[in-house]
Amino acid sequence: MITGRFFAAGADRRIAITILILLAAAIIVPLLNLAVSPASAFYIPSYIVALTGKYLCYALLALALDLVWGYCGILSLGHGAFFALGGYAMGMYLMRQIGSRGVYGNPILPDFMVFLNYKELPWFWYGFDHFWVAAIMVLAVPGLLAFVFGWFAFRSRVTGVYLSIITQAMTYALLLAFFRNDMGFGGNNGLTDFKDILGFNVQADATRSALFAASAITLALAVFITWAIVGSKYGKLLMAVRDAESRTRFLGWRAENVKLFAFTVSAVMAGIAGALYVPQVGIINPGEFEPSNSIEVVVWAAVGGRGTIVGPIIGALLVNAGKSWFTGALPEFWLFALGGLFVAVTLFLPKGIIGMWDSWRGNARAQRAASLAEEAGTDPDVPPPKVVRSAATKPGDWSASGPEPQPAE
Amino acid sequence: MSKSNTILYLDGVSVSFDGFRAINNLSLVLDKGEMRAIIGPNGAGKTTMMDIVTGKTRPDEGEVFFDGQVDLTKHDEAEIAMMGIGRKFQKPTVFESHSIEENLMLALKGPRSIFPALFHRRSAAEARRIDDILGIIRLGDKRNELAANLSHGQKQWLEIGMLLAQDPKLLLVDEPVAGMTDAETEETARLLKDIARDHSVVVVEHDMHFVRELGVKVTCLHEGSVLSEGSLDFVSADERVVEVYLGR
Repeated sequence: MITGRFFAAGADRRIAITILILLAAAIIVPLLNLAVSPASAFYIPSYIVALTGKYLCYALLALALDLVWGYCGILSLGHGAFFALGGYAMGMYLMRQIGSRGVYGNPILPDFMVFLNYKELPWFWYGFDHFWVAAIMVLAVPGLLAFVFGWFAFRSRVTGVYLSIITQAMTYALLLAFFRNDMGFGGNNGLTDFKDILGFNVQADATRSALFAASAITLALAVFITWAIVGSKYGKLLMAVRDAESRTRFLGWRAENVKLFAFTVSAVMAGIAGALYVPQVGIINPGEFEPSNSIEVVVWAAVGGRGTIVGPIIGALLVNAGKSWFTGALPEFWLFALGGLFVAVTLFLPKGIIGMWDSWRGNARAQRAASLAEEAGTDPDVPPPKVVRSAATKPGDWSASGPEPQPAE
Repeated sequence: MSKSNTILYLDGVSVSFDGFRAINNLSLVLDKGEMRAIIGPNGAGKTTMMDIVTGKTRPDEGEVFFDGQVDLTKHDEAEIAMMGIGRKFQKPTVFESHSIEENLMLALKGPRSIFPALFHRRSAAEARRIDDILGIIRLGDKRNELAANLSHGQKQWLEIGMLLAQDPKLLLVDEPVAGMTDAETEETARLLKDIARDHSVVVVEHDMHFVRELGVKVTCLHEGSVLSEGSLDFVSADERVVEVYLGR
């Protein structure tokens, strides 16, 4: 059934195209970087590979946020925390891979621990010299935090702007904690100076290309999983909770569990994004917990179109490309541009780029149908084109706090 | 009063919000298979009573029993819904971004946990049940339309259809004909009478014409307790009821 739907026309075809593009990029971009001579017009420089690889991680983070915000109405302003935790888990593995090549040459302790007079490795660093341990932690730590946080928040029926505020507080608390030197995560400086990942030099072009390919494939997989979740009966329930939470309760569903599942899956996706991000940028520090980072993710999803799967990806890629260009050309104005963009999208593109595209296509189709009907001399009262389901939000329910649950009566 | 053979049993129930007594020593008994109309002026406590029965509000005191033995004050909304109490809200509340069919599918009786929903496939029996309900609520030709595109009256019907899909023993229906045309109101009365043949039903309604059409026992609430109970003619002849309604 799933494969049948996968090749079906319409909004689902868009998902298939997105996945194909990502998989093609995972093959073509590394080839153009590694196998083509730098003199060729088709050559893709290494810094572009690293930069776009980073954007793909952001796109995965935006997709993760959209699963809870767009489809369930939970506006999380703390998704950067899950991203950063995944990044730290990967960073710890990369630190242990440095071994005795650090400045102090200690085979066990990372440089910052030697510097801070640690005598032995803290217990929570055990096992991080194995990749598989780190990989499990990348999934488990953000997932567990989201599960515990969501368990309490959703059970107490914290919704709307209050939930947004406590997610923001969560990431801020983690920011402060990770800044402390005695937390054992490198304090202010974070984790950096990575050498190897799985035995390959992280600076090498081939490794960078491989990381790019891994990011693209992971994003493709996440698109598929999100699409499968959203299309299932559970996905319908998720949107039902967004639109009329009390109705779902009185039908016997436990709205808190519905939200908790999506929130946890989303946090795990964000963690994976962070883990892929860290080896590509070469550093992870407490700045990643900065509340403004999490808010930026919301802007990406809003620009692309929340409540769609492709929208947040497009939004993340476009906004970050814009950011790279802007911070080069007019560095002082970037934050104004970002703020202006958010205001403009809220006012003029409430459904984002994808929503605008769909309504434009819908209008064009309706006009074509109407003119065809006129030519044929038949009743011009053709039925309106079917509403495109991927833009699942209702017009006018866009607000900073997401769709509020409707009052019960 | 004996609780046996009752579907709903409220005795001495009181609840207050910030000192305001919304329900005041309310006692109400509904027999199995009975349909009851509840009338009363605004603020009489009709909706609060439904909140108490469905687990949204906990009473400060009093007994609330379902099916003769289940103490409803010890359960929450989802549990009570699973026991077989369905509730239609005053304002029609359906899932607007889903089609009619999907609305019914989400309401259909079945497991209510996450993983079965994630891997759910519609069975032939479920499809048949959805077809049946679409026939009952007369929305068969609109099954693939978004619920947002329905008229107000059709949303009311869809919500009643969702209650039926739940297969409850008791239906609480809050103002089912608000905002309906006369023809729709008649149709709804017929629909509810159909449903009442094999369910217990409580209907809260202001529209006296509609209540007369239902032709069932009427309870008039006022200031959180029962003012008068009996046939519609009896209740509307009651001087206290007239006084409450005309505000003398």
